[in-house]
Amino acid sequence: MKVDHILVRYGEIALKGKNRNEFEQILKGNINQALREIGSARAKRIFGRLIVEVGDEDDADQIMARLQNIFGIVSLSKAVKTTRELEDIQTAALYMMNEDLTAKTFKVTARRSYKQTPLNSQEMNYEIGSYVLRNTEHLTVDVHNPDVELHVEVREHGTYLSAGRVMGRGGLPVGSSGKTMLLLSGGIDSPVAGYLAMKRGAVVEAVHFHSPPYTNERAKQKVIDLAKQMAAYGGAVRLHLIPFTKVQQDIHQKIPSYYAMTITRRMMMRISEQVAHEQRALALVNGESLGQVASQTLESIHAIEEASSLPVLRPLVTMDKTEVMDIAMEIGTYETSILPYEDCCTIFLPQESKTKPKLEKAKMFETNLDIEDLVSQSLAGKETMLIKHQDSTDEFDDLL
Amino acid sequence: MIYLDNSSTTKPYAEVMNTFTKASIDYFGNPSSLHNQGSKSEQLIREARRSIAKQLSISPQEIVFTSGGSEGNNLAIKGAAFTRQDRGKHLITTAIEHPSVLETFQYLETLGFTVTYLPVNCEGLVSVQSVMDAIREETILVSIMHVNHETGAVQPIEAIGQKLKDIEKIRFHVDHVQGFLKVPLNFHTAGIDLCTISGHKIHSVKGSGFLFVRDTVTLVPLIHGGGQEFGVRSGTENVPAIAALTKAIRLSLMKRDEQLQHVQVLKTFLMEQLRQRMGMHLNTPNERSAPHIVNVSIDGIKPEVLIQALSKQIIYVSSKSACSSKQKSASAVLYEQFKDLTRASTALRMSLSYETTKSEIVTFLEALDEIVAEVRTIKEVKL
Repeated sequence: MKVDHILVRYGEIALKGKNRNEFEQILKGNINQALREIGSARAKRIFGRLIVEVGDEDDADQIMARLQNIFGIVSLSKAVKTTRELEDIQTAALYMMNEDLTAKTFKVTARRSYKQTPLNSQEMNYEIGSYVLRNTEHLTVDVHNPDVELHVEVREHGTYLSAGRVMGRGGLPVGSSGKTMLLLSGGIDSPVAGYLAMKRGAVVEAVHFHSPPYTNERAKQKVIDLAKQMAAYGGAVRLHLIPFTKVQQDIHQKIPSYYAMTITRRMMMRISEQVAHEQRALALVNGESLGQVASQTLESIHAIEEASSLPVLRPLVTMDKTEVMDIAMEIGTYETSILPYEDCCTIFLPQESKTKPKLEKAKMFETNLDIEDLVSQSLAGKETMLIKHQDSTDEFDDLL
Repeated sequence: MIYLDNSSTTKPYAEVMNTFTKASIDYFGNPSSLHNQGSKSEQLIREARRSIAKQLSISPQEIVFTSGGSEGNNLAIKGAAFTRQDRGKHLITTAIEHPSVLETFQYLETLGFTVTYLPVNCEGLVSVQSVMDAIREETILVSIMHVNHETGAVQPIEAIGQKLKDIEKIRFHVDHVQGFLKVPLNFHTAGIDLCTISGHKIHSVKGSGFLFVRDTVTLVPLIHGGGQEFGVRSGTENVPAIAALTKAIRLSLMKRDEQLQHVQVLKTFLMEQLRQRMGMHLNTPNERSAPHIVNVSIDGIKPEVLIQALSKQIIYVSSKSACSSKQKSASAVLYEQFKDLTRASTALRMSLSYETTKSEIVTFLEALDEIVAEVRTIKEVKL
């Protein structure tokens, strides 16, 4: 007896009418991608549901753990297949119930799509439940509020048993909602914004601005690490590193310091928009939360967003800092985000910034800059890398 | 050379030495330095931590690199005791621990802590019940070794850990120095909060090791300073030792099944052979013992004599644990086990490695027989 497959349940995507097939295909693809390294696992669609076959039972926990990071999955259960014989079903039921020793109560829910069995569903519930009770010490039956519900499904060519439901992350499968371009700083917010965009099915690429030679390798590594962690949820993340020093120097020299921040952000929007066009992304994503800092007042957002014509998604717009931090901790980006390396924003930080900049004034000051030239210079220095979650740095592979 | 003292220390793998040398030269930068040479070293450590974590199914934040077993034991025990002393000052350990554990507890006694030293049975095993019986309202730490360094006896760590899991205020520390990669132990299912690992017992270099610190556990540091290792162990990281340790763990895990089976076969053979000899008493239990340690008491002959005589034939074994072999006294571990001073003063320990061969064991036995016979004629030992 062994766990030979995992049952994958998906909620929302089942509602999407004729798109369902496409959504399922994407989810299946994402699952297989995430499990690629585990040789024995494969996702399959049978009887209108998605299962993951488990070749080697030792891998089952690892497979479950990876599946829990894939958007579009509502819940997961370990399952076994056996014959239609009651004795075999009972053995399997006992095995399943011994998998989770923390459960104290259970109930059996039998269903038959193959009706030619000697027992009806009610009788099966009783026979299976009482067998489990006789052969365990830690369990009692609770039909109303059980710790574990044991599902038994009798089909013509065999019986499927599943127990114990592990919650997934919900959301939509990444890739089902098109592509977005995330403005990724090294802070706490933007990786969370990217994660939430992924949750709604978007493929996320990231733009990061750095200021060589003033920002160092560590700051860059930090952003790579953040992208790597995000990739745990959205497959690979394409990261575009943009040199921004020239833009910052020009702004520093030619723009009054209290408008420097606003115009810096406007330049970032312009460059990001170009990268988005190039990569066929249809929206920008950022980690702004209304009123959090000077650049995130409504006046600032208004004055900054105007620089690009793309829609800007702000998944964190209504969140408090603590709510964002909770998510960052849960998804594993927090530890990296709080590493104290200088980034491009802290190096040329102006003394004071307008909390209520005016669009007209920003536009007027900007006439001192050769915007087109600055944008194309920055883009010319763009460095792009594909970041995968599993990537261990080759450099260290031999050494360690 | 026939080296049968692998519980004292092991010969590093050749690959480990390559890593050590390369890391010493190419990654000499201080991981805390901001420039690229420093950054490279920091990345190496991060990858090392990640790699070990992945192989042992723990998380990278749960690894605190140390200089080895004694430091790990000191950090775990003092760190946990000092952190939790406002909740109680009672500690539990066993009478057969390594000196780095026992001496630490004795030191804590001078600071006002109370310590219960649990006895062992004639197989050298602690009973789960005795641990539970010793627990009081003010108990904050239980520290029990996994594999005994002298006899190889394997303590029921999982069973004890399962019981302790339910008692929130008690931290569970395991000295895993002799057992690591030899006797399976899952830190999570065994409910372990702190676990000491040493590098030089698994074919890494001296001065390498780590302490597993469960992510919910905080420790008062022994060494204050620059805040390295999550603030628990300050001091510039020993980058080459960390790299070497990582490599040794990886290699050992790769070859584990095959190596352990090999060592186990040799150990069984050696035990059988010794059992047949007159005036020799096995101190290593048949069941529940590690695959690489054999301990035997030989009537009427001081181990120092045997060690010297064998050493002349380039065969290396030891008595007690190497750290304390220089003190001339009986083995406290064996005395606890048998309450027999003679037996505790005549024990010899052979500890094997993957490199040990059967013909080495045979040669050792022949040499031993010869020396024992000779010494007994001189001393006219009555059997």
